Parts: sequence; structure tokens; C-alpha cells
Amino acid sequence: MTTQRTSGRRKQAMAAAAVVAALLTTAACGGGDDNKSDGGSKTGAAGFDAANNKVAQASLAKKGGELKFASAQDADSWDTTRGYYGMAWNFMRYYSRQLVTYKNVPGKEGAELQPDLATDMGKLSADKKTYTFTLRDGITWEDGKPITSKDVKYGIERMWAQDVLSGGPVYLRDVLDPKGKYKGPYKDSDKEHLGLSAIDTPDEKTVVFHLPEANSDFLQMIALPSASPVRQDKDTKSKYMLHPFSSGPYKFDSYSPGKDLKLVRNDAWKQSSDPFRKAYPDTVSIKFFTNANVMDQRLIAGEYDLDLNQTGMSPQGRTVALKQHKANLDNPVSGFIRYAVFPQNVKPFDNIHCRNAAIYGADHVSLQTARGGPVAGGDIATNMLPPSVPGSEGQKYDPYESAGANKNGNVDKAKEELKACGKPDGFSTTIAVRNNKPVEVATAQSLQASLKKVGIDAQIDQFDGSQTAGVIGSPSNVHKKNYGIIIMGWGPDFPSVQGYGLPIWNSKYILDSGNNNFAMIKDKSIDKLFSDYTKATEESKQTEIATQIDHKVMEGGYYLPFVYERFVNWRGDRLANVYTTNAYSGQYDFVNLGLKSTK
Amino acid sequence: MTELSKSEAAINEPSVASPAPSSFLEVRDLKVHFPTDDGLVKSVDGLSFQLEKGKTLGIVGESGSGKSVTSLGIMGLHTAGQYGKRKAQISGEIWLNGTELLSADPDHVRKMRGREMAMIFQDPLSALHPYYTIGAQIVEAYRIHHNVDKKTARKRAIEMLERVGIPQPDKRVDSYPHEFSGGMRQRAMIAMSLVNNPELLIADEPTTALDVTVQAQILDLIRDLQKEFGSAVIVITHDLGVVAELADDILVMYGGRCVERGPAEKVFYEPRHPYTWGLLGSMPRLDREQQERLIPVKGSPPSLINIPSGCAFNPRCPYADVPKDNVTRTVRPELTEVGGRHWAACHMSQEERERIWTEEIAPKL
Amino acid sequence: MLAYLIRRLFAAAVMLVVVILVIFSIFFLIPKWAGVDIALSFVGKQADPASVEGVREKLGLSEPIYTQVWMFFKGIFAGRTYSSGGDVVHCSAPCFGYSFKSEQAVWPVLTDRFPVTLGLALGAAVLWLVFGVAAGVLSALKRGSLWDRGAMVVALSGVSLPIYFTGLLSLAIFSFGLKWIKAEYVPIGHSFTGWLGGMILPWITLAFLYAAMYARITRATMLEILGEDYIRTARAKGLREQVVIGKHAMRSTMTPILTMLGMDLGALIGGAVLTETTFSLPGLGQKVLDAIKNQDLPFILGVVLITSLAVLIANLVVDILYAVIDPRVRLS
Repeated sequence: MTTQRTSGRRKQAMAAAAVVAALLTTAACGGGDDNKSDGGSKTGAAGFDAANNKVAQASLAKKGGELKFASAQDADSWDTTRGYYGMAWNFMRYYSRQLVTYKNVPGKEGAELQPDLATDMGKLSADKKTYTFTLRDGITWEDGKPITSKDVKYGIERMWAQDVLSGGPVYLRDVLDPKGKYKGPYKDSDKEHLGLSAIDTPDEKTVVFHLPEANSDFLQMIALPSASPVRQDKDTKSKYMLHPFSSGPYKFDSYSPGKDLKLVRNDAWKQSSDPFRKAYPDTVSIKFFTNANVMDQRLIAGEYDLDLNQTGMSPQGRTVALKQHKANLDNPVSGFIRYAVFPQNVKPFDNIHCRNAAIYGADHVSLQTARGGPVAGGDIATNMLPPSVPGSEGQKYDPYESAGANKNGNVDKAKEELKACGKPDGFSTTIAVRNNKPVEVATAQSLQASLKKVGIDAQIDQFDGSQTAGVIGSPSNVHKKNYGIIIMGWGPDFPSVQGYGLPIWNSKYILDSGNNNFAMIKDKSIDKLFSDYTKATEESKQTEIATQIDHKVMEGGYYLPFVYERFVNWRGDRLANVYTTNAYSGQYDFVNLGLKSTK
Repeated sequence: MTELSKSEAAINEPSVASPAPSSFLEVRDLKVHFPTDDGLVKSVDGLSFQLEKGKTLGIVGESGSGKSVTSLGIMGLHTAGQYGKRKAQISGEIWLNGTELLSADPDHVRKMRGREMAMIFQDPLSALHPYYTIGAQIVEAYRIHHNVDKKTARKRAIEMLERVGIPQPDKRVDSYPHEFSGGMRQRAMIAMSLVNNPELLIADEPTTALDVTVQAQILDLIRDLQKEFGSAVIVITHDLGVVAELADDILVMYGGRCVERGPAEKVFYEPRHPYTWGLLGSMPRLDREQQERLIPVKGSPPSLINIPSGCAFNPRCPYADVPKDNVTRTVRPELTEVGGRHWAACHMSQEERERIWTEEIAPKL
Repeated sequence: MLAYLIRRLFAAAVMLVVVILVIFSIFFLIPKWAGVDIALSFVGKQADPASVEGVREKLGLSEPIYTQVWMFFKGIFAGRTYSSGGDVVHCSAPCFGYSFKSEQAVWPVLTDRFPVTLGLALGAAVLWLVFGVAAGVLSALKRGSLWDRGAMVVALSGVSLPIYFTGLLSLAIFSFGLKWIKAEYVPIGHSFTGWLGGMILPWITLAFLYAAMYARITRATMLEILGEDYIRTARAKGLREQVVIGKHAMRSTMTPILTMLGMDLGALIGGAVLTETTFSLPGLGQKVLDAIKNQDLPFILGVVLITSLAVLIANLVVDILYAVIDPRVRLS
């Protein structure tokens, strides 16, 4: 691989290029768009934030046309069992169906579940351990054959074959088979390869789940695409991701990894069997880019309709868009919290007062600015529960007054805590940060600067971002490298405290490798709360526990939250029936997007 | 030393400008100046001479004396293709066979190059194009001036190679310059120069880059060919030994000017300029045992931008103080006749020079 | 000449092996020394021990490095079968590895993307040779003139401005602004004019950078050659100036230009990363960038190999051309 000859001053030149490109785009557009921020525009864009938690231009959606996604990154896998990217889960609903799925409505309600392949939300036994689902009539595979209970079971069983089908979420496996007795369908001695005892398929239309322990999030788990049905004769194992066999309104037409993907209408799918997927366009395509700036330029130029990743525009594209095309932008909360975490196995962060010193010493406004400011970065996060997760109190719960009195840092308070920690003169430590995220490096630098004021001398260590799991996922390596502060972020797999906090706060998730509980939280009361949560059936009780867990985490001083992340996402002029949903943390509900014109 | 050939009237007194000279080649008051950032470089500053067909003129001088510039001036190569460089300023007259070259149409001069006047260069390795065969280069030279097909031209090339003494010419014609030895290369160069039977041949240091033994062969070759083709030849060299063998007349240049000229035997046996004495002193002699080291002319050649006032040679001349009133440093000496067709430019009186030559210089040589 | 060729080919093969070994070391050994488990970078957010083990098994990570290298070489000639956990993937010869990230054999992807890069490199090369060399010759002949100064300023800017700048600029002006060109790659088999339309901006952008370099080198070389004795000889023969420049001087000037061309083409065929990413051309360069971003080792290895091969072949071709142009080289 080679790069073409360029000067060593490439960075400056790139910056210069961006400026010029921005100016040119501005000039080329000649102010064709008006700047009325909210009232919609001549080009047909619905207005700034018009699709954020509300539906924009639903009535303009027409049947037909090609919906064009652009993406700077391919999915980790299009195999329903293996994908873990949020955008992949969202997109998978085009070609896969689940027993239950999210409602096709914007915002908070969009995270609520409704029956999909099943006729209802399942019959729950009295002991809350048995769920029985009946399949709808008229549900078919792309070759017209009906989807059976066995297909559902087989699809879920694939989750056990982690040695072949790695990458996806395994909540169901842990819930249905916590002892790991089942070896997966590929090593299954059952002649139908349906040996998983936790699922019964008494007939073609009935699926029965037997849970060893009740779990209040069980429905959330079977709503994940990893619980989609897979037909055994179509299972190409690791190659399934190249052409998943469709149960949804669209099917794979062509896919060239890293280049493009095209879905066409699945003629076997019947609208009558699926009341939630609108399936407006005839074709859905994705074009993959390697350069996010170029992709943003093309979005702005109208060549593509939206960004598949839904993780915000690049800084240059965003600047241009905010100035010229504000009506085409939405500014949703992503569900991610960006934060610094203090591993307790690195001294002196074993002492809560030293952790508190760092939290009080931090300048939250400058951290927010480093993240991109209130619009592109997000609001200052005051606790660790994302706003999209039930139980979140948002900035109302602010134990460190991070968004209030101490938002610019409180040196006196920090010094007090240092004294209490036995380090009145401060101490030195290391901040670990991924080198492939410029924003994170910027926050590390901001944090370094404010900590210096209180006497904490922090060195920044940038590590290879693609090796994250290996570098900071190993507690012994974290200890060895003296990583007292790790810059990270986390988002919910499904909107619940369990789907968000379990891997990062529960003591049993402390792993020797691939660890995500970086703070090494071993708090029995937190573990107990999680266990209570899974048993709780009432929603109000669940919400209450979620809030309690958040409080416990904040009181432990394990985290310094930066922002409740926000994105600035592009919404093309052609899009209709657009809305963000909490189900996918502020992403648009892809499967219900339509086009205003079929051309 | 071999007997010097008797010269006839190859060199006449510089004549007053007359439009139609009778000589085959006549150079009149030639000046070649190069403007540079440091000032005007007067490489040739008023040079005149004549040359008849069948005769050989040796131009002798140190490097930077203007001898090569003179030859390139005659060939018209100062004005051709001097891209972007500041053009040489050339004045005077160069008459070749009735044509005045400096005022002639450049394309006409180009057509004369190679055909009526040809040149042999000092280093045949660098003067021959390394990427083309000897044959191709000779063929090209021939076909510029002769409308013949390649085959005929090739025959001619082989003929010429044979003539200059290259063995197996029909094979060597397809060799590249680097496949030849130095002497062979110079022979090939000569073959190329003579392929069009030029009437004037200029050999610029033809033997300098060659071994001593090969030098003699090349000089013999030039002499033989001159007899055969009857061309006029100008041999340019810093080595009096070279012209001793060849030249009918000798012109000694110093600082862009002629300091002495005359028939070869006069210049050799009765030189009348201290610089010529110096050159003779620094000449290796084959006929005498070398008893002391060669005596080079002391000092270095003059700057051509600031040529010393008076006699240009005065800073290096051991006799600069012989003439009275510091005249060597103030007045430029004119060429004056010191004998039959023999001129020298020196402030010392004839008698003094004769005395110094016979008493002080000649015995040491 | 034949012995020379064989020697060069052998050296090239040895180089390739060394390259493979180095790449293997970089990706497998160095993380090991640094105490990082690379298998972890192949699994998702929830690093399940079974999936980590699966990756190890598939990639043969638990095998000693020499076995891994041997398997790789064997795969090139005999094909290779990967199996783990009841899943069997066959990668037929020539197997340059198999990516479990995208479930593709490396070789077909490389051959699919190669024509894009080749078309880009060759098209641009034609442009930059024509314009670069012409501008360089003109500059040399008119040294010090307004043309010369102007051309060299443009050349300097061409050399200093990265593709990121010129590429985005040309896209912004011609594609997004004036909308003259729809900058989208169309395979040449689908539509020739579409292909031309998609390639024209990348060609010009890439050629601008290189033409600038070629103009500078042409000018410098030409000036040097014009001072050579054999040019004076050519004039002394009575050759027309056009022939002196066009034949005698040009032939010599071509030597360094060809050397450069060989190197540049070799390097570009390995992937014009910046141009391809800027213009979203699905070539090797874009692939390798993707592969690096995704830690898709087999592709990185494959593209590096292709690049090395391209550079080695380019070197070989240059050496042969050299011998054709310059007879002095033939001796040795």
C-alpha cells in the first residue's frame, strides 16, 4: 500500500483544503437555501430538528424509488446473528423480522415493543419463566415458504456458535442457557440440529421459551435482530452475512463488502402480514465511502439521501451544513455517554477521594467544547444514565454540580478531596485514549489541562484504537501501564439499564480480557439491584431501580461523564416520513423511510 | 623533433577591412563577449587571422585563452541553441569561402556546418551520443547534407571508418561509443567530421583525452587526411608539441588576444613573446632527456572580466619591468612584425627579446 | 541479458518472501511482544471466549509463525481450506488469504479492484507524461522566461498541494458546484463514456501532482543534457534545432523520466490511496484503507503483496527499458 507523494504538512493542507472546499461549496450553492431555521426550505427540507423525536413530512412519502444510503463504514456484519453496530440492527429490519419489534413511532414511544412475527407479546407464565408465542399467518421467506417456529428456534440457536459466528450480542444465550450446556447448532447431535432445550416448538406456529430465571428484559432481547429466524437450509454459516435469507420486505440483490449493497423488494413479503414496515421505496442501496468528508459533500450535493451510520457529520461538512442547509439537519441525542473512567486497580484511584478530586477538578465546559460544543457534542452529562434509558433523570441529577456551580471546575473542592485522599500535593497518572478518535484525544488534552490546575499531573497515552479490546480490556495491562484515567464512551444495546449498564457496572463482567467494567466496580449493592431489576415486572419498579443504580454508580465516583452525546445528522431533501426513535438511540427508523419522488 | 614543414604565405598581415578577402578563411577583429552577472567576459577580444586551403593553423594557449571560443565562433555554435542563457555578443567578421558567417542567415550557416566546416572535439566519449551507434551517428551526419538512403549512407560510413583506420569497419559500424577505445573513438569522430568532405576542419584539442602513444597516431591521421582531402585545418591545443607536428602556422593566444603568430618554425625557433617562451618551456620534449621538471608558466590565466591593463601577460611576465616607465602595465602592446610574416605583441625591444631568447631561454630548453 | 533477467526475477521473488515475512511479523509478532491479544480485535463488543477461540483457530493464530507463513505460501499454489467449529471455508488457488471480516477470499477482490486502480494510474500517467514533459521541455528551452517562471510556480504548487486539496477542490467546483461531471465510478464494461466521466477528475487531479514533478525533472534534465558535448556535436553536424532537441536531447532526457515513471506507476498500482478515497473509486487503495481501518489483516497482506509485486515488476520493466534506451547498461 502506498500513499501518493504529499508533503509532510499534509495535516495543515487538509485543513486548508477543508476550508477552501467549505468556501467553494458555500459559493457554489450561492445561498440557494434559505436560512429560516425551522420553517422548512424551498428545496423541501423539513426544517432544523424537524424529524428529531417527531415525524417529518409523513404525507409526502410515495411508493417506489431508490432510497440511497451513504456510509463511511460497512457494517461489522449483515448476518443477523453477528452484527453489533446500531445502524446494522436498524438496517436489518429491511430483510429480517423478529417475534417482537419496536413501534414505528418517533422518540420515546418508539422504543416500546409490539408483536411482529408473533401475534401478540407472548403469554407469560405465572412464574414469569415461560413465554409462549404464536406466529402470524402469511409470514414467508423470500422464496415464499412460510416462516415456522423451527426457523425461529434455529435462528436463535446460531447465537451459541460463537466460534463460527462471532461478533453479535449474546444476551439470549446467557439468559436461556447460563451454564453453557448447549454447544450450538453446528455441533448439535440432534438430527434436526434443534437441540436447544430452552426453546420448544410444539408445532409450526408455536414457540415456547423456558427461562431458568425470570428476566424483565427478555422481550427486549428477542427484539434484537440476533433473534431473527434463520432457515437451516439457507444457513451458509460464516458466509451468511454475504446474503442473509430475507424474512422482511426487502431481499439482498447484490452486496460487495466495502463497496456497495443493494436491496430490492421481496415479492414474497405481504404487507398484510406486517403492519409496521411501510416499505415505501422499491430499492434500498448503500454506497460505502472511505472518506467521510467526501461523503458529506455528496450528501449535501443531494447525491445520497442519508448517512447509514447516523453518527453525525464530519466537522467540515457539519460547518457547511449548519450554515447553508440547517433545514436538512437533525440534532438527536445519540444514547451514548462520553466519559472518563477511573480503574480502581490503578493507584491512587482505589481511593474515592482521589477519584472525586479528578471529577471536581475537571472543567466540564471545556470538555464539552472539546467534544464539539452543545450542538455537535452534546449537553454536559451529570450522571451515567443516557436520556433514552428509562430511569434517566438527565441533568436534574447532578451530584457533582457538573452542569451547575462546578461546571468550570472547582479547584478548592478538588484540593480538599486530594487532602482527604492523602495526596495534598497531588499525584501523577496516565490518561489512556484511542488514537483514532481526534475528538477523544482533544478531550484528553482538555482534561489534562484542568487536572494540572489542581496538582494532578497526567500524561496522555494514545493507544491503537483498533486494539481497544486488547489494550484496555485487560485489567492487568491497565494496571501495568498505570492507566488511572481511560477516555471511553458507551451506549445501550437496548433501552434499559440492563442493556446499558450491566457489562460496565456488574462485578461478574470483570474479565481478564475483553473487559468492559474498566472501573472494576465490585459493589454488591449494584449487583443486587441488577438482579432485582431482572425480576421486576412493573415498569415503574424497573425505572426506579435504574435510577438507583445510576445513583450508586455516581456516588462511587467511578466516572467523570462528559456529555450526553448529540449528533448533527443529514436528512436529504427527498426523504419523507422521517423520524428518530429511541429504539436506535436517535437514529431514523430506516425501514419506514419514504421518498417524496420516485424518480 | 621532426623537421617543421616549410610554411608558405598562410598568414598575411592583418588587412584593413575589405569586403571580399582572397583567403579561404579570414577572421577579422573577432570579438566574443559573454554577459554574466559578474560582468562582461571578454573571451575573444579582437582576433584576426587568415588561413588557406590545404594549410594547417595551430592555435595555442592555456585554457581560458579564448581558443575554443574562437572555434565555436567560426562554427556558429555560440548562437545556436543557447536557450535562456544570455546570448554571446559577437562582432567582427568571419569570411569562409566568400561568405561572411556572422551576418549570414543562421539557417544558411547551419547548412554549412558539417558540410563546409566540421569539428573534432576534445573528448570523443562525451562528444558522441552514448545511445546511438557510431554508424548511426555518421549516417546521420551524412544524410543531413546528402539526400541518400540509409543504405548508401551506411556504406559511406563504413568507408570512412575504414579510411580512419578502424579494423573490421563493417562490424564496428554497429558498435556504441562506449564499446570503442579512446583512440578508436577519436578516429570515429574524425570519420564523422570528414564524412561530408568539409573544406575546413577544426580540431579542438583532438588528442588531449588520449594516451600519449595514441596521440601520435591521431595526429598522423589528421595530417594524412588533410593531405588527402586538401582541407584547411585549425588545430586548437594547449600543447605546442601537438602543433609542432602538424601546423604550418601558429597563433599563440593569451587572454582572448593573439600575442604571437607566424610560421611554425619561426614561432618555435625564434619566438618573440615571453609567453611563448613559457609555453616552450613547459613543452615535453621527446628528443632530449628530461633533466629538470617542466617549467610551467608561473601564475594563473587572467580574469577575462578584468583583463590586466597594459599587457595582459604583465602580472606573470618575468620581464615586465624591462621596458621603461611602467609601460607594460599601462599601454596595451600592439602586434608588430618581428620578421617575415611573424608578429608579436610585446613592449620589449626586438633586440632585447632576441638577446633574452638566445642567452637566457633557448639554452635551457 | 537473459541471465540478467533471471537474476532479477530471482531477486524479486526473494524480496516478496521478505515482504511477506515482515508483514507477518508486524501483524502477528509485534502485538504478541507488546502483550496484546490480536484475536480480540477480530471479535465484537462482547468478547466471548468461544469466539476468540474461533478466531484463533480460523486464522491459525495459535500455530507458530513459520507454520502460518508456510500455510500462506502453500495456499497461493494449492488453495487452502479454513475450518473451525463445523464451518468449512474453501479458498481456491491462488489463495492469497481469506478475510473472515467480510467473508471473502482476498484474490478475487483484488482482481476485481485492480482494473480500477490500473485504469486510474495509466490514464493519469498518459496525462502527466504528455503535459509534464511538454511543459518541462518548453521551460528548459525558454529558461528564465515568463513561461518558465509561471510553469515552475504551477509545478511547485502541484507538487506541494496534496490530492486531498486538489481533489476536493475539483470535486467542489466541477461536480458539486457546476455539476458538469457526475463523479461516480462506472466500470468500463458498463459504459465507456460513463467510465471516462468518472475517471476524468481523478486523472486530472492525480496527473496534476505528477505532471508537476515530471515538468520539474524534465526541465532540470533537459537543461543538463543541453549542456552535454554530444548536443554540441549534433549541432556541429548541421542538424536542425528541432532534431537536436527532439531526438538527441529527448532520448537522454527520457532516461530519468522513465525511471521515475516505472517507480510511480508501480507505487500507484499498489493503490492510489488518496485519489481513490477522495473520489470514491473502488480500487486497491480504497480497499487497503478500509482493511486497515477494519484490521482486516488478510486484505492488508494481499494488497501489500500486490503492491510489492507491482513495484518489483515496475523495477524490472524499468531495468529492461533502461537497457533498451541506454546501450551502456546492456554490458553489465
